[in-house]
Order: sequence, then C-alpha cells, then structure tokens
Amino acid sequence: MSKKKDASPQTVTLPSNDLSRLFQVLQSRGYTILGPTVRDGAIVYDELDSPDDLPRGWTDEQEKGRYRLKKSGYGTYFSFAVGPHSWKQYLYPPRVRLWQMHKNGTGFELNAQNGPLKKYAFLGVRSCELHAIEILDRVLLQNGFEDPTYKARRKEALIIVVQCTAPASTCFCASMQTGPKAERGFDLAMTEVADGERHYFVLQSGSDAGREIVQELACAAATAEEIAAAEQAVKAAAERMGRTLDTHGLQAALYANREHPHWREVGERCLNCTNCTQVCPTCFCTTVEDITDLTGATAERWRRWDSCFTMEFSYLHGGSVRSSAGARYRQWLTHKLASWVDQFGAFGCVGCGRCIAWCPVGIDITEEARIMCAETVNQ
Amino acid sequence: MKTKRKPKLAVWKFASCDGCQLSLLDCEDELLDVVGEIDIANFPEASRAVVKGPYDISLVEGSITTPKDAERIHKVRRASKVLITIGACATAGGIQALRNFQDVDQFISIVYASPDYISTLNKSTPISEHVKVDYELRGCPVNKYQLLEVISAFLNGRRPVTPSHSVCMECKQKGVVCVMVAHGTPCLGPVTHAGCGALCPSYARGCFGCFGPKETPNTHSLSEWWQEELGASKGDIIRAFRGITAYAEPFRKESEAYELQ
Ligand code: SF4
Ligand code: SF4
Ligand code: SF4
Ligand code: SF4
Ligand code: SF4
Repeated sequence: MSKKKDASPQTVTLPSNDLSRLFQVLQSRGYTILGPTVRDGAIVYDELDSPDDLPRGWTDEQEKGRYRLKKSGYGTYFSFAVGPHSWKQYLYPPRVRLWQMHKNGTGFELNAQNGPLKKYAFLGVRSCELHAIEILDRVLLQNGFEDPTYKARRKEALIIVVQCTAPASTCFCASMQTGPKAERGFDLAMTEVADGERHYFVLQSGSDAGREIVQELACAAATAEEIAAAEQAVKAAAERMGRTLDTHGLQAALYANREHPHWREVGERCLNCTNCTQVCPTCFCTTVEDITDLTGATAERWRRWDSCFTMEFSYLHGGSVRSSAGARYRQWLTHKLASWVDQFGAFGCVGCGRCIAWCPVGIDITEEARIMCAETVNQ
Repeated sequence: MKTKRKPKLAVWKFASCDGCQLSLLDCEDELLDVVGEIDIANFPEASRAVVKGPYDISLVEGSITTPKDAERIHKVRRASKVLITIGACATAGGIQALRNFQDVDQFISIVYASPDYISTLNKSTPISEHVKVDYELRGCPVNKYQLLEVISAFLNGRRPVTPSHSVCMECKQKGVVCVMVAHGTPCLGPVTHAGCGALCPSYARGCFGCFGPKETPNTHSLSEWWQEELGASKGDIIRAFRGITAYAEPFRKESEAYELQ
C-alpha cells in the first residue's frame, strides 16, 4: 500500500449518520468487524454487519454482583461501560487446539495447523481494554517466550478505540492510570459527541493503517470546538468513575499482610467459581487437555483457560498447594496487585471493574484490597 | 506385537429413567466406528442379548432402592474390571432420593392398594455406598461427549478429562451472559460440577445442579446471596438444593440447614 504522506487532516469529524461508511471502508479492506452488541440482557462483543448492530440507545447499570441493561434515552451508540466480554476471547481464545496426531503405520503424523485466521477490526476498544492488551503483550510476547496463537491474532487485529464517556460505578481505571482516555497504541480513536442537535464522532488516527482509513473516509477536518467538545466528554468521564483504589504502597502492604485474617473471611464468601478470572481482560492462565478418540488412532492436545480458583490449578503430587478458599483468593488478589509488578513491571489490573460486577456474590477487589492494606495484621 | 482381545463393555440398569443409556445410544455413530474394537456385551436399552462376563468396563446407571438391587450390584462389581457409574441416580441417588427426606412407609401405605407387595428400601442410595466405584460420571442425563471421553480414556489407558470445577467456567468460556448477575435469576452454577457445557444458562435458565456438587462447593455463601440480594425465601433455597442431586452431601446439608431454621 502507498505510504504517500499528504496534507490531509488526521483529526476529522464523522457525522453519526455516516458511521456506516466506516463499516464499509473496513469491510472493503477485508476486515470482519467485532464490537459491542446487545444480547441476552447485556452488551457483549460479537461480529457486526452494520451500525444497526451497535447498542444504540442502550446503557448499563453495574454494581457488585449485578449488571442491568437499560434504555439510555439517548440516540448515542457507545454510552455504556465494559460488559462481560473482553478482547481476550479473540486474541487468546478460551479453547485452542495445539496439535493433532494420527497413527500412521508404526509412527505418527503430526498436524499443528489450525484453520486460517480472520482479519479482525476491534471496534469500541476502551482505554482500560487497550491497556489490558498491552499487559497481555508483555506476558505473551516477551522475547523468547512468544505465544504463537496470541501473536498471530494480535498482529492481524486493527484496534479502533472509542473513548469512554460512560463509566460504570464499578470502574476505577483513573486510579490504575489506564484511562478513561486512550492516548496511544491504537490504529484509530473515536470520541462520540452528542451536542444538542449535533451527533458526530471525532476521529484520530494512530498508525499507518488508521491514516489510510481516515483518508479513504475523506471527512472534514475537525474544528477546534469539536475537538474541545470531545476532550470535555472524556474528561467528564474521569470524574464519574464509581470506584477508586489507592495504589500507593499497595504492593508492599499486600506482601506484609499475607497472613491477614481477612483472607479467610473473604474465603468464606468466595465461591471459587472462577468468574473473576474468566472475565478479567488480563488473566492469562491456561491448562492443557489431552484427548484421544475411541480407537486411539487420533490424539489431540487442547489448551483452555484455567483459573487459580480451581483445585487442579495448584495440584502437585499429594494435593493442591492452595487448599483453602482464602489462599486461593489471596493468590488472585496479590497476583493482580503485587506479584504481577515483580513479574511484568506493571499491575495486572486495569480497573475495568468486570470482576466486581460479574462475581456472583459481589466480592469487590477494591474493597478487599483496602481492608487488606488498612493496617498490617498477621495471624 | 500380540493381538489384543476385544474389550467387553456392559451396561447395567438399576433404579433410573434410562436417560443415561439413551445418551449412550445417541453415541451410535461414534460407537459404530469401534464396533470392531469393542464387544458390547450387555446393553438393555439396545438389545436383550447378554454376553457372559467378566467385563472390562461396566457402565452402571441408576441408584439402589430395593433389597434385590443391593445384592445385584455386588454381582456386577465382581464381574467387572472397571466399574463406572453414569448419571445423577448412580452417583448421588437421583431424584428418587427425595424419599430419603421423608417416611417411605407412609408413602407406601397411601399410594399402593396392597402395600405388602412393595419391597423397597427406605433410601435411594448411590452405587458408591455399596461397592467400590472406579469412576463417576455426573449429569442428568450424562453428557454424550463426556461419556465418549470416559470410555475412550479407559480403552486407551489414560485419565479422562472431566474437570470438577464450576459450571460458571464453562459458561464464561462459551461467552454466555450470566443469568444471576444480569437477570437476577438464581443459578446453582457456582457450586455445580462442570460437564454439561453450561446448558441451562445458554438458554437463559439458572442451573438446577443436575451434575451435583463441584469441588469446594460453597453452598452457604451462595444461599445467603440469594436470600439477601435476589429475594429468595428459605423454601426457595430448600427446593433449589433438593432437586436431582438432593442427596449429594453438600447439597443435602444445605437444604437441611434451611429446614432446621
Ligand atoms: S482485576 Fe478486575 S478490575 Fe482489574 S482488570 Fe481484572 S477484571 Fe478488571
Ligand atoms: S490471577 Fe490467577 S488466573 Fe489470573 S493470571 Fe494470576 S494466577 Fe492466573
Ligand atoms: S471472587 Fe467472586 S468471582 Fe471470583 S471466584 Fe470468588 S466468588 Fe467467584
Ligand atoms: S449463569 Fe450461572 S453458571 Fe453461568 S456464570 Fe452465572 S452463575 Fe455461573
Ligand atoms: S446447567 Fe446445571 S442443571 Fe443444566 S444441564 Fe448443566 S448441570 Fe444440569
């Protein structure tokens, strides 16, 4: 493709009525568009054909252990916070076949191929989610330890941010310094502005691929007022964040409190259901399962998401290392907010609030971390 | 290489609805592929022919509810190298274990014209209360793919992949929207053994626990949440835990705890 630099503006305005043009441009470039849509009482991610599939007029109400889809009363497309799905499910799928083997005479024939990958455009990535992808990059694309299934999908994915203007009461990205505004790491970033009669998107490109799309859209350059209105919408979001987490000294406090009696108290409430780890956009643990067919002529190895809340996860000869529910909860919370920093140089939490809303008994990571760090108590 | 003798597979029925055997019949395509590899020696739902034991693998469906069956299961055990129980009846006593919470003699006198003809035990009990069981496969009925997995694993001398974590994990990996969090519908998924692929939540229904308790089931915390946040009554909680796997210990204790209150 041409890399011709020209004077066309890189911050442009797309009227909301023209959103379908963005879809067409992406589709003509061979992208399958993934983004938010309403299904079964929530806003989930799925393949989208046109803007009609977007959750226009919908919003959400979130609290610990509770999510409700609501009519927003506005004609906006993106007035909601993150739902139960995350981009992890596309970049790092829940189940992947690693290989298949067939008996072949006295030997074996190995097949490590999987079908061709689709070229995905992720539409509606929030800042917290973009940071979660960056965290997964650190975990899964480290030199010498690259995960090929992640790498292949990550390389193909076009990232279109929609800046967050409607945080939920479970959100705390501002505390984690992961949002609400995405500054870099995207191909395109859009901000939705509904300003009285006018409804438009301010588009900004962040890569060559993004620039080409902006060029093809041939929109008018954004005016100073439009850019200011977009900035203001995101700024207001930071002030409406429902939760906070004080990260100052957090790592040291958690390590100091590894025998805090409160771990056991949370363990009494925790169901070990794994929901928090499954919805978390950064949890990366997997296990492998080996299966055969009835005749034993074909064997397959599958990788699937695992969780530190299962007994199998820490099973060594003789039993599970983390046999109590409190120990398993401690593993989760201290991994996210302390040992992750030692491993990967940043927190393993981006403050998206999913684990709070989707915990069936409403266990809140910000609340538990606060109690755990209030004072040093060891039993 | 010495030629292998064909392994002999037998299916046995105790007190049950035959649903699990039907799951096996539903595997006919897969099983036809291996007809040359295994002998199906005894399978009441499929054929009346009985091949004599001993059997390499016995699949046992149903619970023990009569004195005669309490005897018969020992014969099955003696004739089987590997004994695998299939389904909620065989692994937890089944729906018929609801009698375990009541006075059976009273039922008999009310229901039957000639109570003398009835020979039954006071309790419906799982096979493992009577004989040693090598593997338990959960579900009401069992999941077809899990059943094939367990048979393949035993035929190929490997460990079956039937993890004992929650239904929630399957639910999330399938991308299903949580019915409890998003709709306020009580769901036993967080305390229930995986294996069904989160069937009920996939159809916007709460799990009613037909696979029985998972590893580390925290039933108490779940019922408290139902009461406090979802407005469930004590009766709702008793009914939820007193279903198809009512007699499995963690579920039994939970329903009894609410009955005593
Ligand atoms: S730990 Fe919770 S709030 Fe943090 S990134 Fe994971 S799901 Fe989001
Ligand atoms: S919190 Fe648990 S599941 Fe998540 S990455 Fe850490 S160990 Fe893995
Ligand atoms: S914290 Fe909540 S979501 Fe996580 S395992 Fe415990 S009960 Fe499940
Ligand atoms: S619907 Fe039920 S099984 Fe699925 S995640 Fe929610 S509580 Fe768990
Ligand atoms: S969701 Fe629950 S009740 Fe439904 S099939 Fe699965 S284990 Fe059984």
